[in-house]
Amino acid sequence: MTPSLWTRLSNPSHFMRWSGASVPWLTVLSLAVLAVGLYQTFFVVPPDYQQGETVRIMYIHVPAAWLGVFFYGAMSVSAIGSLVWRHPLADVAQRAAAPIGAAFTLICLVTGSLWGKPMWGTYWVWDARLTSMLILLLIYCGIIALWRTLEDPNRAARAVAILTLVGAVNLPIIKFSVNWWSTLHQPASILRMGGSTIDPSMLYPLLIMIGAATLGGTTLHLYAMRTEIMRRRVRTLTIREAERLDRVQPRITPQPSTGLPVGQPV
Amino acid sequence: MDLGSHGGFILVAYAFTALVMVALVGNAIRDRRAQLRALKGFGEDRR
Repeated sequence: MTPSLWTRLSNPSHFMRWSGASVPWLTVLSLAVLAVGLYQTFFVVPPDYQQGETVRIMYIHVPAAWLGVFFYGAMSVSAIGSLVWRHPLADVAQRAAAPIGAAFTLICLVTGSLWGKPMWGTYWVWDARLTSMLILLLIYCGIIALWRTLEDPNRAARAVAILTLVGAVNLPIIKFSVNWWSTLHQPASILRMGGSTIDPSMLYPLLIMIGAATLGGTTLHLYAMRTEIMRRRVRTLTIREAERLDRVQPRITPQPSTGLPVGQPV
Repeated sequence: MDLGSHGGFILVAYAFTALVMVALVGNAIRDRRAQLRALKGFGEDRR
């Protein structure tokens, strides 16, 4: 991609044009891939030889975990864009991504817990992978709360960008926690040296579900970015309108006192 | 299809995911409509 094309695509007005045209198509594509993935999950994938039917939880748990981490990674890149280049879309992208990433992280934690109970005999253990994912959810909540606390968008953008970059240290911890510490959570089985350990009959439907979730999440992100741009436009127009009203309002000058009590006819 | 003895866990996991996704998409649509209404109030109707 040439720099000029990138600059054009990331210009807010151009962004509104191309994203407006692509969101409906991306929505249809996401739903189609999701339908194929769900069909494969429930009607094609065989039960696991150890876990039985419970393995079907994996087809929502893994895509949710991937998107929880993916959106935080995207927010970290946007945070650099906000701090270094002060790009107007970087802050918009960051703000729009936080609730989506938080929602997928929550899904990951709850579905993992529901998978853990029949397989491990417990809903929760304080192991490194589970705890680092919980910390990710708390960081997301902190970022969303910080945005709501600071009224000035520029101050909020800088504070959130710094907090996001500090929290990014959690991403490699999430990824490598299963290698660094002895955890109840299984080690990496898709992205690992020597290839995936999952049988192709289960791996390909899982990849389809990951693709569907990524497409759907990206579509929702573009939609939320467009809404965020509109919110900023509303804010600018509100401030402009308030300033205009301030200028046209006649100055209220104190009337000379008539010596009568207030409310008495002159 | 038979989801076995742990079918309840599978169904709750999918139902919870569906619930969160509906809430996420519903909130995004509600927010968009609110911004469009506000823009219309200023005489702008940008989609």
